Parts: sequence; structure tokens; C-alpha cells
Amino acid sequence: MTGGPARPGYDVVVVGGGNAALCAALEARRRGASVLLVEAAPEHLRGGNSRHTRNVRYYHEREDHYLAGSYTEEEFWKDLLQVTGGETDERLARLTIRSSADLGFWMMTNGVRWQPPLQGTLQLSRTNAFFLGGGKALLNAYYRTAARLGVEAVYESPVSDVVAGGEGRGVVLEDGRRVAAKAVVVASGGFEANLEWMAAQWGEAARNFAIRGTPFNRGRPVQALLDKGAKAIGDPKEFHSVAVDARGPQFDGGIVTRLDTVPFGIVVNREGVRFADEGQDFWPKRYASWGGLIARQPGQVAFSLLDSTMAAEFMPSLFPPIEAGSVRELARELGLDPEVVEETVSRFNAAVREGTYDPTALDDCHTAGLDPPKSHWARPLARPPFLAYPLRPGITFTYRCLAVDEGARVLDEAGKPMAGVFAAGEAMAGNILGRGYLAGFGMTIGTVFGRIAGREAAKHALT
Amino acid sequence: MPSPELIQEAERQLTICNACRYCEGYCAVFPAMELRRRFDERDIVYLANLCFECRACYYACPFTPPHDYQLNIPQVLAEVRLQTYAEYTPPRVLSRLFRGNGRLVAFAVAACVLLVLLAAVAVQGSDAVFGEPAAEGSFYQVVPYLAMTLPALALSGYWIWALLAGGLRFWRSTRGSLGDLVDGPSLSKATKDAFGLEYLKGGGEGCTYPDERPSASRRWLHQALVAGILLDFASTTVAAVYHNFLGEDAPYPYLSLPVVLGTAGGALIVGAVLGLAWLKLRADPLPAYRRMLGLDWAFLWLLLLTAATGLVLLALRDTSAMGALLTVHLGIVAALYLALPYSKFAHVVYRYAALVRYRIETARQGRAV
Repeated sequence: MTGGPARPGYDVVVVGGGNAALCAALEARRRGASVLLVEAAPEHLRGGNSRHTRNVRYYHEREDHYLAGSYTEEEFWKDLLQVTGGETDERLARLTIRSSADLGFWMMTNGVRWQPPLQGTLQLSRTNAFFLGGGKALLNAYYRTAARLGVEAVYESPVSDVVAGGEGRGVVLEDGRRVAAKAVVVASGGFEANLEWMAAQWGEAARNFAIRGTPFNRGRPVQALLDKGAKAIGDPKEFHSVAVDARGPQFDGGIVTRLDTVPFGIVVNREGVRFADEGQDFWPKRYASWGGLIARQPGQVAFSLLDSTMAAEFMPSLFPPIEAGSVRELARELGLDPEVVEETVSRFNAAVREGTYDPTALDDCHTAGLDPPKSHWARPLARPPFLAYPLRPGITFTYRCLAVDEGARVLDEAGKPMAGVFAAGEAMAGNILGRGYLAGFGMTIGTVFGRIAGREAAKHALT
Repeated sequence: MPSPELIQEAERQLTICNACRYCEGYCAVFPAMELRRRFDERDIVYLANLCFECRACYYACPFTPPHDYQLNIPQVLAEVRLQTYAEYTPPRVLSRLFRGNGRLVAFAVAACVLLVLLAAVAVQGSDAVFGEPAAEGSFYQVVPYLAMTLPALALSGYWIWALLAGGLRFWRSTRGSLGDLVDGPSLSKATKDAFGLEYLKGGGEGCTYPDERPSASRRWLHQALVAGILLDFASTTVAAVYHNFLGEDAPYPYLSLPVVLGTAGGALIVGAVLGLAWLKLRADPLPAYRRMLGLDWAFLWLLLLTAATGLVLLALRDTSAMGALLTVHLGIVAALYLALPYSKFAHVVYRYAALVRYRIETARQGRAV
């Protein structure tokens, strides 16, 4: 499948190789269009950030084989409104939610399999269905189905330009080759892996960011359209990020670098002092803010400190913790000032007002007279060995993207559709999720808008 | 115990896996892994033998080479399994010699065939072996009844002892006591998992073998192979009953129970082995452990030779080739029995023990696949 496209032109060219791209390709091909999928990554790394996903959130009135109970449009909408703080286009958001109805069935007919309920650590969820084997297994299934239907795919083919409508319409690859297309779907993800662009927003700090997903999300196809007058949505400086193990790789560390240690102990920066309330709220509500908090610390690094009583309370990560017999020794191993760290820990320990520790509730273990405070789950770090995990901001995705309408048509500055150009997935998700994060919702947007874009692109190309 | 470097590498990979857990729907290895935060040698040996090498996790993993994490769970667990077979089955001198060593198996086959042939000629004379059979298929003219059955019984006792002793050593290393085995529900579930080849289902659609497309072919071929072996075992047992209790001596008519069972079993084995070999030839080499393949191939050849020579012997039992064929067949069976505890067949014992451990462990934790 590597090598060049078999033909000089296609009805529909899909730029990208992740979930949204595959959904668009499948839908367009089923409507009779000839389809070429152009993926920047080599075949074994295909699939963008969808490789790292695990579940999809969808609206359903009744329980099905993979979801318990019901998850109504209103409840879904309220969840979205809450996480975005209103930074969402209600029309597109409601369209996404409504179109996600019983998405599980469509996914299954295209080869996706679900994790059986009551298995392993997972209970059947009410809001999110878990695909068997995670995102790469889902992608493999979609690629198999696409190949069977006659979708062509080329790899290692990053796109540098998208030409909308008229003469020369189609895409230009970075190596200069052109592929003609009557319609183009841009599903090439965000630009978080483009560290030069990140540096333009964040300066030197960008060097210390870890990019949790694919190194191939460099944003060129989206930028090419913005340069041609497409309307941008979202703040280019904003991204979704979490605290990841600083020892992980700079790119593609995936889920396994994430650390959930923060609420159990304390977190200090490079200077050895605390800088935020580790126990402000439940971790699922707070974990996404810690990437940004650490990004604003000197050197974009922090250290989660724990004692041995807290060692088994969180999901294990890919590296074992750094251990030492005393706080001083631990600080020395971390390259921090032992005096300062010891002072921070003893001040914290002295401020702890111990209550009834309960990690499942906002308990009454808190600090008094400490700034910043630790509002819940505060317990002294007293029993050796002491443990530490170094933390960095790990960027999941960026928000800035192309403005689209309900037909996934890319809009220009004036709000008019650009002829024959459609967008799906992270390339337009910011229209709906302008801020915050909702688990499995990126896959919802990718699947729903992938399908819309594929359908509309085929319609445009074939009429 | 497997080598410290291998244990360290398996521990590294499993620690990364345990922070991800996306594969937990595929088989028992991942739920068992999730019960642990750290992995010592014993955990790794246990998890390795719980793996059926369905390869689903390999194709689902975003961290396989060339990714920095270099995860290849089926491969590293196969390597641990091979070392388990070599380290656990007594006597260790033999099991280490046989480790993934196809050439040694071939040599053993040749040696056994030669030995049986020479013994038959030396004792019975070359006319008895190479001449026309005195009566139709008179096997005992070539190798007398006791000369055939006593060594067979001794060799059976040997391989059964070696495997049970190895299994027991393995059981203890998974922190199991003999008392643990008094657990009817867990044993029956594990037995069902074993005979149903539950973990060659790849979570439902079939395992990703020989390539990334899920397929049930390997599971069904394996079932055919098991059925063939069981039919042949039944044939031998029925023949023994005929001989010892009913006073009916071999050769039995073509439509007698021992011959029908034996022929069906032999045909199933030949067909299944050829099918499995065909899949193996086309199998993606990346998730495989190369030296385990040596063990696989040697065992497939042994099974094929045993079944095929048995069938040919049956077909030509009235001709002058019978004597030579019988000695060749018996020689191959002798080699099979000798190599059995150090062959791929050892997986029957170690995997079954691992499945029992898994059922006991998850019952205690109150959850299971």
C-alpha cells in the first residue's frame, strides 16, 4: 500500500489516517466515490492520535450490549456545556450528540469489536463504550474494511497544500506530487506535534513539553487552508494537557506516561516549593489542569512526592518511582535543594489536620495555615521509603482549528463554505469542544463528523 | 528460573503494559497482570504460560517496535515459556539439551528407528523383518508383543513422570500448594478454558494468526489435532482391552473399532498438522520468538511422522514392506515419547497449571474474564 497513488485523480481525497479520516473514507466509498486516503505516517504508525484512544461516548436511549442504562441528549449536552464553560457551537454540538445515537452499531458493522462487560477493571459504563483492544485495534479494523471496499491508502505522504475548487483542485504532497480531487476531506488532526509553532506561542517553554500522541500532527493542511482565507476557531496558545512522567519520550508516550499520583502526596517545583492545591477536587476533574500548571513552572517540570503509605493508591505508570530513605536523600536524587524540600515537607506535615482519610470522597483531611493549601486527602509524608515521580506537561491535543458548518464544509472568513473542502476530527473539533475535555468525546466528534464529511464530499464529487 | 536478563526485559514490558491495560479484553494474561503492581520471576513465569500466543495484543499495541517502548509481549512471553520448559521439566540435562532444538529431535528419531530396526533384526532375524509376512499383518512376528508393549509402557511412564514433576515444580513456583488444587469450580472452569481453547479466540473474533486479520482457523486446526490424538489414544486403549481381556490379537479387521478409531485419529492428525504447518509458514515472524519456532516445527514433524507412518503401515500391512514399516513406526513413536516432555507438548501441562492458577486467583479476587 506504500508508494504513490494508483491514479492521478480521485473523487474524494481524505487527508489524514486516524478515526475521522477512516470514517470519512468509508462513508464516501460506500456512496460510490473513488477514495484515496493520504496518511503522513508510515503504515505501522498510521492512525494519528486515534491510536491512543480507548472508548467513545455516544447518546443512547436504551441499554445496549456495550452501554448500561441511557444517556440522553440533554444529559450529554449538559456535560458538554459544563466542561467547555459554554465555548461550544450549540448547533454543531447538538448535531454531534444527536448523530451519535447508537454509534456503536455503525462502528460494529465496520469491524470494530467491543470489550465484553464485567471484565477486567472495567464495569459496563453508561456513557462510554470501550472498544476491544483500544484505538489501534479499531483502526486496524477500519483499514481492513476500507481496503475491502476499495479505498486506496498511501502512507508517508504528508500534505503541504489543499486546493479548493476550480483549476488544480486537490492536494499537494510535501514532496511536490499533486493528487487531483473533486472533494477533499481534511482530517489531519491538530498541530500539537509542531514544536516550532508551539514555540511561537510559548517561547522556550515549548521545548519542555511532551507530546503524548503522534509526531505527525504538524498542522500543515489546516494552516494551508487558514492561509487561503478559511476561518479559524480557537486560541492558538491553548491545548489540553496532563501531567506525565518526565522520563517518558518527547513524542508518542501514549497513555502509559500519565501519572495519577498528585492528589495523594504533594507536588513541588524545581525550586522545591509547592505551587498548587493538590487536593482541590477529585482527580478526574482536576487532572487536565495540571499540565497547564506545570507548564507555568520554571523549567516546565515538577515533582510528585509521596511516602510509602501512598505507594499503591494510583495506577502504576511505565517507570518505577524514584525512592530514597529520607526526604533529603530523595531531593538530592531529584537534583533539588535538600534543605528547601525538607523545609517544604516539614511545613506541610505540620499543617496537616488529619481527619478520616477517604479517597472516594472529598474528605476532611486538609491543611491549615498553608499557602497554597491542600484541601483534601492531606496526610503527612512520614513513612520511608519516600517516592517521587518527575512530571512534565504532556499535550494531548490543540484547540485551534477550521470553522465548519453542519455539512462539515470548511468556512471562509465571511462564513461562506469553501467549495469542495470538508473537515473532520481534531481539524474541526474546536468548534464543538472549544475548551476542556470530555472522555471519549473526541472519538464522537471524529466519527460523527467523519461520516458527515465523507457523505457530503461524495455528494459534492458525484454531482 | 529463566535468565535474569530475560526476566528484567519481561518485567520492563509488563510494567508498561500494566499502565495501559487496553488489551484486557483479549485473554487471561492482562486481567492476571492487573492484579499485580510489580512482577517478580514467579509472576512472569506464570503470566508467560498463561499466554496462548494469539497475538491480538501485538497488533493492538501502539508501542511495538520501532516505537521507543519496544513492546512485543507475545515474543517475550514465548521466550520465557521456552526457558520454563527447559528449566522445569526433569531431568534438566535433557530438557536443556532439547530447548528449541529441532536438530536434536531429528537425531533422536533417526537413532530410535535404527535401534528398533537393529534390535528386531538381531533378535527375530532379517527374514522376519524384511520377508513376506507369515500371516496378514502379523506384527508380533517382527516385534514380539512384550517387546513392543513393555518399552512403550516404560516410555509412557517416563514422559508422564517428567511432565508431572515439571508441572508440580511450576505449580509451586506460582505460589501454589497441593491443597489449592482441591477447588472444584476453579478446576472445572480451567478445564473448560483449556479444552475450549478459550484464549485462542482473541476476545471473540479469533486470533490474529497467521496475520493481523482475526481468524478461527488456528483454533479449529488445533481442536482437530487434539481430537486426532484422543482418537488414537482411544484406539490403543480399545486394542489393549481386546488383547488382554477378550483374547483377540492384532491385526484387527479394517472395520474393527481399534482400526477405525486409529485411522480417523491418524487422518485428523495428518490433516491438522499440515494445516497448522501451512499457517506457520505464512505467519508474521515479528511477534514470534525464533527459537520457540524450532520447538514448534520439531513437534509438528514428530506428530506428522507418527501418524503418517501409522497410516502407511495399516495400508501396507499385508505386504513385505510391513516389517520395515513397523520398525520405523515404532522407532518414531519411541522418539516421540522420549522427546514429549521436552517438546512443544509440554505446553499442555504448564498452560493448564497456569489456567488453574488464574481461575483460583480471580475467584479469590472476586472477578474473572
